[in-house]
Amino acid sequence: MPEQLIFAMEVFLNGLMAGVLYALVALGFVLIFKASGIFNFAQGVMALFAALTLVGIMNGQVPFAHIINATFGTDLHYFGWTVPGLLAILLTMGMMVLLAWCVQRFVFRHLVGQEPIILFMATIGLAYFLEGVGDLMWGSDIKTLDVGLPQGINETIDEVTFGWFGYGFFIDNLDLVATLVAAILVTGLVLFAQYTKQGRAMRAVADDHQAALSVGVSLNFIWILVWSLAGFVALVAGIMWGAKSGVQFSLSLIALKALPVLMLGGFTSIPGAIVGGLIIGVGEKLFEFALGPALGGATENWFAYVLALIFLVFRPQGLFGEKIIERV
Amino acid sequence: MKYKLGTMAIAAIMAAGPVMADLVFPSLSYRTGPYAAGGIPFADGYQDYFTMINARDGGIGGVMTRVVECETGYNTEKGVECYEATKGEGSLVYQPLSTGITYQLIPKTTADNIPMHTMGYGRTSAANGDVFSHTFNYPANYWNGASGAIKYLLDENGGDLSGKKIALVYHNSAYGKEPIRTLEELSKKHGFELSLLPVDHPGQEQKSQWLQIRRDRPDNVIMYGWGVMNQVAVQEAANIRFPMENFIGIWWSGSENDVLAAGAAADGYKALTFHNVGSDFPVFDDIQQYVVDAGEAAGAGDQIGTVLYNRGLYAAMLAAEAARTAQGIHGVADITPAMMRDGMEALEITEARMTELGMPNFGPAFKVSCENHGGPGLVGMTQWDADTKTWSMISDFGPSDMEVIQPLIDEDSAAYAAENNIASNC
Repeated sequence: MPEQLIFAMEVFLNGLMAGVLYALVALGFVLIFKASGIFNFAQGVMALFAALTLVGIMNGQVPFAHIINATFGTDLHYFGWTVPGLLAILLTMGMMVLLAWCVQRFVFRHLVGQEPIILFMATIGLAYFLEGVGDLMWGSDIKTLDVGLPQGINETIDEVTFGWFGYGFFIDNLDLVATLVAAILVTGLVLFAQYTKQGRAMRAVADDHQAALSVGVSLNFIWILVWSLAGFVALVAGIMWGAKSGVQFSLSLIALKALPVLMLGGFTSIPGAIVGGLIIGVGEKLFEFALGPALGGATENWFAYVLALIFLVFRPQGLFGEKIIERV
Repeated sequence: MKYKLGTMAIAAIMAAGPVMADLVFPSLSYRTGPYAAGGIPFADGYQDYFTMINARDGGIGGVMTRVVECETGYNTEKGVECYEATKGEGSLVYQPLSTGITYQLIPKTTADNIPMHTMGYGRTSAANGDVFSHTFNYPANYWNGASGAIKYLLDENGGDLSGKKIALVYHNSAYGKEPIRTLEELSKKHGFELSLLPVDHPGQEQKSQWLQIRRDRPDNVIMYGWGVMNQVAVQEAANIRFPMENFIGIWWSGSENDVLAAGAAADGYKALTFHNVGSDFPVFDDIQQYVVDAGEAAGAGDQIGTVLYNRGLYAAMLAAEAARTAQGIHGVADITPAMMRDGMEALEITEARMTELGMPNFGPAFKVSCENHGGPGLVGMTQWDADTKTWSMISDFGPSDMEVIQPLIDEDSAAYAAENNIASNC
């Protein structure tokens, strides 16, 4: 087999894995948009906030230590204990539910019936607010996130592919874990939406929130539920991305990776987020591999958007999005 | 009543009059945003040094110093706003800590007659003082860094790099592209094969670049990165088992922030530097006594001795020494920005002076002149020890290849001079 074809296969597989990571971020956007029509600009910051909270809890860091120390003249930074990863994840999830409640109670409850652009602007404000609160709570330093996820080359795949092609493929163990987690997450979300009372109520609100309201579904509860689920997805994305680079404020920029995925997959489809992520991941990696050197490299960022735009021309609602027909 | 009115009048005049007793050093910092982890230690080091000389020496030449901090968020527009907002305070020298902000401020500072110091960043050809009258980039610039890396590799390879493959992984921005011309020239001179691998901002996803490195198997990788790009690159290098001792970062890719996330896998990673690392210098005893123990430490006080804190400390020391030189030249203690520029142009840092300041061998000895605002371009190499979580110097500050760099500086600065109708300053 030609060497370049073997390399392309490796790039293809790594593109799939990268796509899964993009999809993890996109999922949070989809959940909220589907249920409330809000494009949540703060989704990337939520991933950052969740990851910061997780590391802070694990390390026993005192939240708002700088403010406490400046106000009371103390020198507190750590409680002196550490919290096991699983328990810390549960506590962080509690924090994200609390955040969802606060967002609903103090922001969106007051904006019911407003234009989508107003709601979108509110999420921009929320993003900056959360970033600031995250900084005040946990500090701006880069934090190492160690929840026991494996990293580095997968030896088995390396050996097997070497046996087949005489060249061992590089697949990162972390990417394999991310794929597994994404599969479980999507399955869980689909089962939740299909087979639980709350899930059905969520879908009813997504279809027509006024009709859902008329049959006794609590809009408040559903929105808190949806924001909590988006918070959970943000936590998962924060863990996966944070494990790669440490938890730092640039984590919020991962949202940029989700936008072309959403444009391609549709803003209202969970499978769309996954398929869109995979197409974007594979597309940008293969393009970089094939034409990057001729074009000076670093094509991935812009190519993802070009790819999404091409899809938009033919399917404005995205691959899996709902086609909106408005009659005059 | 008359006495009361008189007292009030004097008080009002004192309050309304200009503040004469401060030497103002603006700090365009970034303590928030994606690059805060790099901005905070530098800003802390810069501030702590001035706090220390105020407490220990009573300021510079008997005049107290004042650091005016303005948050840029590493954003060019905000940086320019900070400059406009603070220049009226009598700001003596600007350190924008951003190549983007530097490019915007070069014409502004020149027009306003305020000097700017861009230590290890900014426009490299600003080293030509004949063209860039108000911009200084001593003791080293990006091109010195690129040359320093190649010189180190030459030393490691018995002076011969012919046939070697060297990859440059760089931030796809004006900053990251800076070393390309120099490395291309050095590649021709020494016969190594150079491959270029740009990484788009912010650099969280670098799989393509590191897969290519895995396929191409370069002998060495040089990195010009910043922020999250550094941490991801070190992790990816570890993932593909690229030997860390063959991986060299520029000084903006060589702090604790860049290697801690990768844990033990980052052991052996190298980075260039133009100042020393660690806190084993007498100046840190003074920082402890006059700043930390006095409860005056900048920020959280938890950055002391880190690489970027030391860089801020070093920048402040060079600014203070230039102010002292300016006071000597003009015979006044309360210097103006124009006088400060003269002080920077006449700055001479000797080993004896650094020892006197409690910073022996903290940086290279150098002398600035009207023609040369960049100093001699001496750079050293540091290496990360993941066990002790410390950087240490593994080479002395050595010269870079000015035979290659100087023509590039001359060419670029001449183009700038022609574009802007700048006559010779020297």
